[in-house]
Amino acid sequence: MKVLMRGNEAMAEAAIRAGCRCYFCYPITPQGELVEYMARHLPRHGGVFLQAESEVAAINMVYGAAAAGARTMTSSSSPGISLKMEGISYLAGARLPAVIVNVMRAGPGLGNIAPAQGDYFQATKGGGHGDYRLIVLAPSTVQEAAELVMLAFDLSDRYRVPAMILADGMLGQMMEPVELPEPILPQMIPPKPWALTGAKDRAPNVVSSFDLDPYRFREILRALWEIYREIERNEVRWEEYETGDAELVLVAYGTMGRICRTVVRQARREGLRVGLFRPITLWPFPSEPLRELSHRVPVLLTVELSAGQMWEDVRLAVEGRAKTPFYGELGGVVPTPDEILSEVKRYVRG
Amino acid sequence: MSVVEAKVPAGFVPVYTRPKSLSEKRFTYCPGCHHGIITRLVAEAIDELGIQERTVGIAPVGCAVFLYEFFRCDFAQAAHGRACAVATGIKRANPDLIVFTYQGDGDLAAIGAAETIHAANRGENITVIFVNNQIYGMTGGEMAPTTLPGMRTVTTPEGRDVRITGYPLRMSEMLAQLDGPAYITRQAVFDVRHVQMARKAIVKAFKNQIEGKGFSLVEIVAACPTNLHIPPVEASRWVTEQALKYFPLGDLKVRD
Repeated sequence: MKVLMRGNEAMAEAAIRAGCRCYFCYPITPQGELVEYMARHLPRHGGVFLQAESEVAAINMVYGAAAAGARTMTSSSSPGISLKMEGISYLAGARLPAVIVNVMRAGPGLGNIAPAQGDYFQATKGGGHGDYRLIVLAPSTVQEAAELVMLAFDLSDRYRVPAMILADGMLGQMMEPVELPEPILPQMIPPKPWALTGAKDRAPNVVSSFDLDPYRFREILRALWEIYREIERNEVRWEEYETGDAELVLVAYGTMGRICRTVVRQARREGLRVGLFRPITLWPFPSEPLRELSHRVPVLLTVELSAGQMWEDVRLAVEGRAKTPFYGELGGVVPTPDEILSEVKRYVRG
Repeated sequence: MSVVEAKVPAGFVPVYTRPKSLSEKRFTYCPGCHHGIITRLVAEAIDELGIQERTVGIAPVGCAVFLYEFFRCDFAQAAHGRACAVATGIKRANPDLIVFTYQGDGDLAAIGAAETIHAANRGENITVIFVNNQIYGMTGGEMAPTTLPGMRTVTTPEGRDVRITGYPLRMSEMLAQLDGPAYITRQAVFDVRHVQMARKAIVKAFKNQIEGKGFSLVEIVAACPTNLHIPPVEASRWVTEQALKYFPLGDLKVRD
């Protein structure tokens, strides 16, 4: 059965269905509905909803709940995510699974509350300090947002790596019919023998990201990067639309990916051979399939609600085999399909 | 590092032994530092209450950063100042656990002031051990929010000038004004009598949690001989003659 839901609400409901029982937050627009939904619904499922005194406190409460073995989540928007970055680095260092939702808005600074994609670098390149990665999932519809929240909990638990949902204000606010995923059963959550549950009949567990010995710490990080390599091998996700005969492929994610889908349809109606490559995992980035595409598609046009951040990963994947122009908007301005189509027409003719 | 236990001659009974809750790991505290006494008192309290198997500690950033190596119970290492938020997450996720933080004055009263105040204000059912030695010890003796007026530190080489850096922050007095906390007390460990009083206070702070009474904090005014650049005995005297002027001992809030 489909229900009409806002993106923020669908992500909250999906988290509950994924077994999230500890949610810590601090209010910020445009993700307010996620907080409100959790406040209303999570306690009814026996979960903990707690409004913290700051984003810094909220992410550290997530650290605590994750350490205790709970499925746990926090959500925020760009300026708040910046504040959470310290805690996210500690989560990554301590190998704690957790889900962080970023409903992006325009920045830098206070910016505004309009949708943007300026936090790509922060999410995918390690916004906090140190050598780490997050699993970063970018939904482009409300349906996909719900599904990726479920997936984020699974991947995070499986690899003991924090996962981020990189959405934006458009996706958070829009309402769409959504088929909600089935709730998981508690026994589907993998056992966590490392969790802090009290050292009864076993040696004490320690959750820490600290080691003063550089040689020992190097080995810990090497093991962590082995996990990252495994994630890169197993978890790359992307969608291709009309790329088979395309002379130009738009590369876009999230809300921009969705708008570019419309652009492809319009272009095709006009006889232009245009396709879409939409990364779903931003880390691990789908470099291989994009490289494949660059062997046969002469133009890969990256479109983002930023000054060009994912664009760098596109160029790294393509390595000059195809033209890689960029089109983007700044400050929370969302381009129309017509505007993008005009840009497309600079490179292809019918 | 292993510890050589003294052989007990026949006919003698050891009365001072290593608490069950402490590991074999030798403390990394400086000679004469009060942390060693306080860490042991916490372990004794855990033993006395028989809660070792359900206790989770939160190690701070600072001189007690290796706390998780000293104790024989589950431990989380927290970011600087965030111990009370981490403790909140653990306790809320699993209320059956006994959760305590152990923090210095830089950790609890400067960078973690917000987390501390709000955990206290929520009446979070946790136990907080607050070691106030008026200085940042581990990083090399910088001014703390609790540094006394006129006190020389590496960042106040001419002595703390209150016109520039303000006054010693009395965290316990501030917290005692709130409705949330169940127990706020200030203790010291510079002599045997005070060690015994501090021990009782720590036991009470854990007992409160077991009984669900809520946020309990034991502040302990301590000495850092290393950064005061004086011998341990003088450092203890310094606590009584200088620090206690700003940080008077006693219960600040007891809710029964």
